[in-house]
Amino acid sequence: MPTSTPLSAAFRLACFSFIVIGLVSFVFHQTKDKIIQNEHDALLQSLQSVLAQTLYDNKPNEDSITLENVIIYRAYRANTPVAAIIKSTTPRGYSGDIQLLTALDITGSILAVRILDHKETAGLGDKIELKKSSWILSFNHKTFADMQRSQWAVKRDQGNFDQFTGATITPRAVVNEVKKIGLFFQQHKTQIFPQLK
Amino acid sequence: MTYQQIVKNGLWTNNQALVALLGLCPLLAVSNTTINGLALGMATTLTLILSNGCISLVRNTILPEIRLPLFVLIIAGIVTMIELLMHAYFYQLYKTLGIFIPLIVTNCAIIGRAEVFASKNKFLPSLVDGLAMGLGFSFVLVVLGGMREFLSLGSLLSQANLLFGEQAKNWQFIILDDYSGLLLAAFPAGSFIALGLLIALKNSLEVDAK
Repeated sequence: MPTSTPLSAAFRLACFSFIVIGLVSFVFHQTKDKIIQNEHDALLQSLQSVLAQTLYDNKPNEDSITLENVIIYRAYRANTPVAAIIKSTTPRGYSGDIQLLTALDITGSILAVRILDHKETAGLGDKIELKKSSWILSFNHKTFADMQRSQWAVKRDQGNFDQFTGATITPRAVVNEVKKIGLFFQQHKTQIFPQLK
Repeated sequence: MTYQQIVKNGLWTNNQALVALLGLCPLLAVSNTTINGLALGMATTLTLILSNGCISLVRNTILPEIRLPLFVLIIAGIVTMIELLMHAYFYQLYKTLGIFIPLIVTNCAIIGRAEVFASKNKFLPSLVDGLAMGLGFSFVLVVLGGMREFLSLGSLLSQANLLFGEQAKNWQFIILDDYSGLLLAAFPAGSFIALGLLIALKNSLEVDAK
């Protein structure tokens, strides 16, 4: 073992820190573009999952606004507003946040909902994913006009949406969040699409 | 210590998960499916090999009073690089494993091997030790993941495409069709029970061998 003074120990630690920082920054720069590309592709893919590509001709992933901490992507066709895609998060899941993407047409009717991320129990709450169950499709083409607001809830809460056997908290969180997004869109429609005034 | 002993130590005698009981947090949390277990096992093994190798190389310049911050620095650097590379090249898997990749830093098995082995041994034996310890740990992760996936979902190797690309989509074995699932196995408590059973199995095999 080399002899040590506090100064030489500190000096060695500093040298090692510089080497490690150098290596990490090198890898960071090498992977940066690919990571940005991945995030971009993932966003595009999730936007296309809620809104058919034939409905719009702009790039919604490049046209977004943020209102009250909610991100809204806007879809147009020939410069006329077609739909808004709203990304939101609810903390009311069974374990952790549920992140979802809701597409609404300009009348405020729901086009589609997809779950982006969740930590719900496998085999129970994860039926909110399209690849596990078709439940999430029950939002398609729902409007507030079709249903009284109180029916916009899971059946256990006297609403219109199925819950899952053994899991009510997860679907309840999703239904309530979509309802909130629907109301949010109605209230902020003209802020999202100033053309509609 | 011969290479044979090092390998046997890592895989069996001093298995980090079954004997040393280190790194249980990621072990219990990510072992809900075979593929998740395998993926975290591979990332942990890679970290172990690299950290053991690096630490062994610089072992003669490490002063005893700064060894712990230095180990943490080296391990954290390696894990950050692995995380960046996974984010870039295995995006889906990165999304699935999420927080557990950066948390590899806190896996005590890695700093444990740095302290006990790599800082006292030559480069090559340290690499082998990292590999053997990593494989022993991964093996337990995969077996645990298999048990829990089978009991909770009735399948094995589901979502292999996250790790092996699109052609792996149909690797999945559905063993029990229309299986309603033993939920306990999906919950954290289930992974404690499954790990307990594995440890008991290992101990009984050893008793029998005597």
